[in-house]
Amino acid sequence: MSYLTLNHLEKSFGANHVVKDFNLDIDKGEFVSFLGPSGCGKTTVLRMVAGFEMPSSGSIVIEGQDVTGLRANARNIGMMFQAYALFPNLTVAENVAFGLRVKGVARAERDARVAEMLALIGLPDLGARYPFQLSGGQQQRVALARALAPRPRVLLLDEPLSALDAKVRVSLRNEIRAIQQDLGITTIFVTHDQEEALSISDRIVVMNGGVADQVGTPFEVYNKPSSAFVANFVGTLNLFRGVLEVPASGVVRLGEVLVKLGRAVDRPRGAAVTLALRPEAVHLGRDPAREVTLPARIDQVHFLGSVIRIRVGAAGTQVNLDTFNRPDTPPPPVGSQTEISAAAADFILLEE
Amino acid sequence: MMRFLAWTVFLLGCFYFLMPLVGMAEFSLRMRRGEYSLDAYAVVFADPRFWATFGYSLKLAGATILFGVLLVVPTAYWVRLKLPQARPFVEFVTLLPLVIPAIVIVFGYIRLYNTSSWLPMTGSALGTDILLTMGYATLALPYMYRAVDTGLRTIDVGTLTEAAQSLGAGWITILARIILPNVMVAVLSGAFLTLAIVMGEFTMAALLNRPAFGPFMQLIGANRAYEPPALAVIAFALTWGCMGLMQLATRLAKHERAKA
Ligand SMILES: Nc1ncnc2c1ncn2[C@@H]1O[C@H](COP(=O)(O)OP(=O)(O)OP(=O)(O)O)[C@@H](O)[C@H]1O
Ligand SMILES: [Mg+2]
Repeated sequence: MSYLTLNHLEKSFGANHVVKDFNLDIDKGEFVSFLGPSGCGKTTVLRMVAGFEMPSSGSIVIEGQDVTGLRANARNIGMMFQAYALFPNLTVAENVAFGLRVKGVARAERDARVAEMLALIGLPDLGARYPFQLSGGQQQRVALARALAPRPRVLLLDEPLSALDAKVRVSLRNEIRAIQQDLGITTIFVTHDQEEALSISDRIVVMNGGVADQVGTPFEVYNKPSSAFVANFVGTLNLFRGVLEVPASGVVRLGEVLVKLGRAVDRPRGAAVTLALRPEAVHLGRDPAREVTLPARIDQVHFLGSVIRIRVGAAGTQVNLDTFNRPDTPPPPVGSQTEISAAAADFILLEE
Repeated sequence: MMRFLAWTVFLLGCFYFLMPLVGMAEFSLRMRRGEYSLDAYAVVFADPRFWATFGYSLKLAGATILFGVLLVVPTAYWVRLKLPQARPFVEFVTLLPLVIPAIVIVFGYIRLYNTSSWLPMTGSALGTDILLTMGYATLALPYMYRAVDTGLRTIDVGTLTEAAQSLGAGWITILARIILPNVMVAVLSGAFLTLAIVMGEFTMAALLNRPAFGPFMQLIGANRAYEPPALAVIAFALTWGCMGLMQLATRLAKHERAKA
């Protein structure tokens, strides 16, 4: 029995069909990220869970209770917004205490809870400040404490880090994850930053055009993308267009080279297929452990420090590959001829 | 050269505005022949009608401000939150009192609510006071609405509302604990403007025959020489005091300092 269930959620704004047949089961204590491009409906789904938008159809169930028709202030769901959502007229402590006051929690208990929350977010001494006296990162921490103080059933975060600068973003996301695991609170996190989603989620929902394209662990979504969209959106990919020669054993022709995937492909013989390879799955030079070898020409070399990103022309397309820097091997010169190799198992067959 | 010109214009402006005031103040001090004195003020302050009408108007001003705030803050909030497309229309409505003369409004009241009408408000002192308060609120509406609406513009009404809702707050809590405190400075400036308007208002109070400060000033002005300028100086002091209080309110609101 899952903790939070979204059943066939649909949402239209006038003629604009924004969310289409969205289904999701979330377990208690799970951290789920919604990942997708701008305008794909992430915020809209989140707002329906929070109660700020009424679904056009479908239902939302929390702990077995259908909350679809419940008003936002009766759902006991914590929400953290993109930015600027602290109450400017209240101090940090009063902000954190707001939800408790509304609930009618007694003074002493409230103060204790506020102190506990401020300690949790690492700002125990800033209770008396006003929001404008805090940095962006501190404000978002306080927003997190405020959302968590009334012990909500679910925590919703809508791109809470996008207004912060890169360093703060990384440290705060790790902190959010640590607090979430600490409290074991069921969480939905919206982002369009794939690295963010991959690094802190239990599961990722990749959304595209109002549909949940794929739901899976970061490992699954990255390594076994179920659609071309997911494969492209999560991480970088090298795409190869080929022709299916033997469906039963999965032999694909890329130019002159035959790639044996070693698994059956459910497509007719002669069908055009797209194969994908992650940059880290491509090896520069021949390698006996990798079955597929393609002739290649070095087009670009980007020295990034620990990693060297090389772009080569191979099989009629551009291929990016990453190699680790080694002090004893300088990168190959641009324009030189070489070979690249990859394991057949690393090829991802994209659904059309 | 430019600087010199600017200062000249500024001083000319000061002269233009201040001379009549200085002249009036000076005149109000000359009740006693041959020397300056505060006799005119003493006479005014000794007049029981001054205190009665002043107190009456102050009470009505308070009622007007209370009614105005309760009317305007939720309205402006709701329009910003839910009906942004209706804003031009609402603004137009709130500006109407500037176009419609007070005398038209009060005649409308008298026609609608006279003693032989369906709701004889003018039949009792309390009813008439309520009517007068409504009238004052109408006169102050353009200033009040504009002040509050401008105040609401400085906060993200939608996000703050949703943040409060997700924490369990209902509409009353949101308005009282989040929205009102955040537009308090705007509300106060609207309130002091309302106070200034109500204290000087003549037409409505006179036609509804209520013992307000405006008609009293008019009565004195028509019959005396030295007391009217003294009253005018008092009225000016009151207005300026209000403006000073507005400034003070802005200064005292701690969380407003960031915006200043
Ligand atoms: N209140 C609304 N009225 C009309 N259309 C809306 C409304 N809210 C959202 N939309 C539309 O719904 C679509 C999805 O919006 P949504 O905000 O859910 O996207 P998102 O995935 O959160 O994007 P982003 O990453 O930019 O925040 C967009 O095309 C948007 O224009
Ligand atoms: Mg969004």
